[in-house]
Amino acid sequence: MALAGSGAAAAAFVGACGSSDGESGETAQFGDGDTGILNYLLMLDYMQVAIYGDLVKSGFFQGGAREAMRKFEEEEAQHVSRLTKAVERMGGEPTPRPRTELQPKSRRSGLEVASTLESLGAAAYLGQVPNFASTSALALALSIHSVEGRHAAAIDSLLGKPITPDGAFAEPASAKTTLKAIKPFIVE
Amino acid sequence: MTQETAAHIEPDGQCLSRADVIVKGALATGAIYGFEMIAPFVRRALAASGASDVDVLNLVLKLEYVEVALYDAAKQRLKPTGELKRLIDTLAEDEHRHVGKLTSEIERLGGKPAERISYASSYRDADGFLGLAISIEEAVVAAYNGAIPTIESKELQAMAASIVQVEGRHAAAVRIQRKEEPSPEAFDLAHNEVEALNSVERFTGPAIYEHAFQGYE
Repeated sequence: MALAGSGAAAAAFVGACGSSDGESGETAQFGDGDTGILNYLLMLDYMQVAIYGDLVKSGFFQGGAREAMRKFEEEEAQHVSRLTKAVERMGGEPTPRPRTELQPKSRRSGLEVASTLESLGAAAYLGQVPNFASTSALALALSIHSVEGRHAAAIDSLLGKPITPDGAFAEPASAKTTLKAIKPFIVE
Repeated sequence: MTQETAAHIEPDGQCLSRADVIVKGALATGAIYGFEMIAPFVRRALAASGASDVDVLNLVLKLEYVEVALYDAAKQRLKPTGELKRLIDTLAEDEHRHVGKLTSEIERLGGKPAERISYASSYRDADGFLGLAISIEEAVVAAYNGAIPTIESKELQAMAASIVQVEGRHAAAVRIQRKEEPSPEAFDLAHNEVEALNSVERFTGPAIYEHAFQGYE
């Protein structure tokens, strides 16, 4: 029974008409169409798992703050798991976990890295919304996107930053911008 | 519907109407995620496959009215200071901007914006207000996440998504203010129109159903 095939076929025929151009090509390095988009977002979620894992182990946080980091790590891990399964069911090859260089040196620098990755992640998800060919892949992305917004607001709140840095309307980020911004955190 | 049924759906290779997209999106959802995830899309497909972008924007506009009414009233009733005041001011300003943007987009499409809803929110103190705000913000996030995939225009999808991220941020901030977990679940729900309206009806009363998409009346 080809469940993965029917999922991919469903995504393909929805994408056959009126699919968006331009931006969607920037995730082609991660795979075709929606598979490439979900793989790109998967990579970002892997990085978020990594920073929260580092913050939990760092000793910089205790009590409720440490528990919050642990909870965010667990949620990002669930994102990784769900995105991985979605890519596999669409017949794609999930992007591998990137090797990251995060290693926070202080509580504040660790929170700043988390803030950067969450803000980038939220903007990256938002940037891909118009590019999905299938409603199901879009629905999955949306269910994660607003959670990334929650995480970003929570971390920024700990840093004393505004919870809505872009104001009433969040700003999207292109894949090109996001990939450039996360480059310093990845070990090639 | 069984998994075997979905596995035998063949694409016809033709451009699809919105209704077809919604129904087949539902089946694709089931194929990708398992059939427990399919229900919101199937319900929408069965009841409201003719919804226009104006209808969908009007649904979320009505929910933004609920938020505006909540925060504007809170400023008067609680007369907040300090951190609570800064939070309520931010939330109120953002929701007013959302109403403005949705209204102008509906008018640009040649539609008639839904009428503003007013209601008397009930709480005794700041903690009660925050509990109410959490319920409403969560309902709004779920409504947007269910609505966005049914919007035909990619530009309007992007606009609505730029709002829902902010609503997610709001939900987290209000939860933090009430010393609750900012993100209780790893995935934010998607509500269809019926669920979205039902989730706020206990606060607003039946006024929220007025001018609801006719598929549900």
